Amino acid sequence: MYVYDEHDRQMAAERVAQFRDQTERALAGELREDEFLPLRLQNGLYVQRLAPMLRIAVPYGMLRSAQLRRLARITRDYDKGYAHFTTRQNVQLNWPAIEDVPDILAELAEVEMHANQTSGNCIRNTTTDQFSGVQADEITDPRPYCEIIRQWSTFHPEFAFLPRKFKVAVNASEHTDRAAIQVHDIGLQMVHNDQGELGFRVHVGGGLGRTPMVGPVIREFLPELDLLTYLEAVLRVYNRYGRRDNKFKARIKILVKALTPEGFAAKVEEEWSHIKDSPTRLTAEAINQFKGYFTEPDYQQVPDVTDSLATQRFENREFDQWISHNVDDHKKPGYTIVTLTMKKTGTPPGDVSDRQLEQIADLADHYSFGEVRVTHQQNVVLADVRKDKLFELWQAITPMGFATANLNTLTDVICCPGGDYCALANAKSIPVAEAIQRQFDDLDFLYDIGNIDLNISGCMNACGHHHVGNIGVLGVDKKGQEFYQISLGGSSHHDAAIGKILGPSFARDDMPEVIQKIINVYVDHRTEEEPFLDTYRRIGIEPFKERVYA
Amino acid sequence: MPDLITSDGNIRQDNWAVVPRPADGDSLDIPDQPSLIPADLWLAGKEHFENRDDIGVWLDSHEEPEILAGVVNELPVIAVNFPKFSDGRGYSTARLLRERLNYRNELRAVGDVLLDQLQFMKRCGFDTYVLRADKDINKAARCLNFFTQGYQAATDTDVPLFRRRAS
Repeated sequence: MYVYDEHDRQMAAERVAQFRDQTERALAGELREDEFLPLRLQNGLYVQRLAPMLRIAVPYGMLRSAQLRRLARITRDYDKGYAHFTTRQNVQLNWPAIEDVPDILAELAEVEMHANQTSGNCIRNTTTDQFSGVQADEITDPRPYCEIIRQWSTFHPEFAFLPRKFKVAVNASEHTDRAAIQVHDIGLQMVHNDQGELGFRVHVGGGLGRTPMVGPVIREFLPELDLLTYLEAVLRVYNRYGRRDNKFKARIKILVKALTPEGFAAKVEEEWSHIKDSPTRLTAEAINQFKGYFTEPDYQQVPDVTDSLATQRFENREFDQWISHNVDDHKKPGYTIVTLTMKKTGTPPGDVSDRQLEQIADLADHYSFGEVRVTHQQNVVLADVRKDKLFELWQAITPMGFATANLNTLTDVICCPGGDYCALANAKSIPVAEAIQRQFDDLDFLYDIGNIDLNISGCMNACGHHHVGNIGVLGVDKKGQEFYQISLGGSSHHDAAIGKILGPSFARDDMPEVIQKIINVYVDHRTEEEPFLDTYRRIGIEPFKERVYA
Repeated sequence: MPDLITSDGNIRQDNWAVVPRPADGDSLDIPDQPSLIPADLWLAGKEHFENRDDIGVWLDSHEEPEILAGVVNELPVIAVNFPKFSDGRGYSTARLLRERLNYRNELRAVGDVLLDQLQFMKRCGFDTYVLRADKDINKAARCLNFFTQGYQAATDTDVPLFRRRAS
C-alpha cells in the first residue's frame, strides 16, 4: 500500500502544526464558532450530542497493522477504548476532548494517518472496492488512482469552500460494484475502450440525503491520463455554479438535474477544453510510480484444493457456513479473501474495542501481509489469506466475535451511529439494528432468504445509506417521538436504484415485526433461488404494503 | 483605509477604496482617491476611464470573470469580493483571471477575508488581501506560510508534486 515520502510527511506535519494553531486561536476566542467550524470539520472534528467526534481518514479503506495498533492506543489514551468503522471506510472516535485533538493528529501523523477533509464542504476521502487488487474480475487495481485523487484533492486551494460536501468513489470490477459509485458526487468506473485503452466512465450527481439520485453518465470514456484535469473541470463548474442559497439544494446532483446531464456535461467539456493539456495532466510515468506502491505481496505456492480443507468443512458445519458466506475467491490460487464481520448481535455495527483493533492487527500480521481493508458495510477484510490457514484463522477469530457468518445477509446491517451519538440524528439507529438482529437469529433462515441489504439511517443525511438498502430504514422525528420509515427496492450495486417508501412510519418496538412481515411476503412470492430484490422488482411494492398495513 | 497584506506576508499602507454598487437609479459616485468600481460599470463606461491608473474594478462572488476577457490588463487592480468567507467562488474567479485571462496586475481579496483562508487565496493567484478589520493582521504572515509546498498545480506553481517527484 501507499507509503509516505518526505513530501507527504512534511505536509502532514505542517497540517498538524496549523490545526494546533487554529485550535489555540479558537479556544482563545480569536475565532468565532462559525469561523472555526469549517476549519475543524475539514479536520474531521464534529461537536456532537454528548462529546466531540473525530473522524479519521482511512484512504480507500487501507490500513496497516501498525496503524491499527496506533488507533487502539489512541482510543485508550484519549477516548473510551473503542472506535467505530464508518460507512465511508473511515474510523470515528466518539469521545475525544477538543484540546487533545492536535495531539491525536500528531500521533496519527507518526503512522502516516490524518483526519484531513473527512468532513466539511470539500472533497472527502475517496473510496473504492474492498476487494481491489485481489479479485479476478478486475479491469485493473483502482487503488493507485484513488491515491492520485487523494493527493490531488488534499488541501486543494480552489475547492476548500465548495457549496457542499463532495464524495468520489472508484470501482474497477466488471461485474460487481462494492463501492456504490452511482450514489456518489462523482463515480468512476474503470473501463477499457474499443482500442483497449484504460480509462473511466464518469458518473456525476449521484447521492443520498434529502434528494436521493442515481448518478447519470456524463462521459462514457475518459482516458486515464486525463483523470485529474477532468475532475478539476467538474469541480470548477460545481464550485462556480452550484447553489449556495439553500444547503439542501447545494449538492452537485441538484446542479446536474437543473442543467440536465447533457447540459452539465457540455459545461464540463467546455471548461476541460481549456485545461486538459495543463501540467495537471497525469503522465504515464507518474501513474507507474503510484502503481509501484500497490504491487503484489510475496505470495507463496499454496495448493488450491486440499483434502484437509474439504474434511474440515465436512466435519464442522459452522466452519463450512463461515467459508460459504464470509470467504471470497481470490485471483491467486491457494489464497482467499476473508471478511471479519463487525456485526455481532448486541454490538453496534462497526464498533470495535481497543483490544479488538489490536487483535485485528495481529491477525493481519499472521495471515494477510500486515494489511487490512475497511469496507463501507463496516466490516474488515483480510485480503490475502492462505487457504491452508483458514481453519486456524476461523478458530482464532470465533472467540473474538469476528466470525459471525452473516456477511451480506439481513443481519449484516449497515447502520449509522444515530441518536445515541450524533447531534444531527432524529432517532436512534443502533437499537433498531439490534432488535432486528435478535428477531432474525436463526442463521439457517438467514441463509435461506439469501443476500439482503438492510441499511439504517438515523436521519435524512443518510450516513446509513438507507435509500440504497434493499430494505431501508430511516429514523424520523414526529413531535419528539422516534418513528421509522421503510423503503424497499434500493440497490447500491451496478443495478443501482433508490428505494421506494412503503408508507407511514412505525414505532421502534414494531420494527422487528414489520421487517418480519416484509420477509414473509418475499418468502411467499419468491420463485426458486430468486433474490429479494428480484422478487420485489417482479411483484412491486403493493403486496408488501397490503401485508404490513393489514 | 485598512492596511494591506501582501502575499509575502508584509503589511503596507493602502488607500484604494471599494466603491459599492449604487442603488438602482443612482449614479456611481467615485471618491477623490484610487477606487475599485463594479466591473460591469467600468466596462459600460470604459471610454471614461481610459489610461486611469487610479481606477480598478471589483467582481462579486457570483460575477463571471470572463466579462473582462481581453481587457484585464488595462486595469491596475482587480478585487474579488468574498461576501462570506465560506463562499468559495472567488478562488475559481482568481484562477480564471490569472490562468485563463492572463491577468498580470494586482489581484486583491476583499470582503470577509479571514486569516485561515489566506493560504488558499495566495495559491489561487491573489497577491494582496484586505483582512477583515477585527482580525489580527500580525498573524497573517504565519497563516500564509504554514505549508512549504502543495500537492497540486495552481496559479502559484505549474508543477504538481507528481511531476516534481518524477524529475
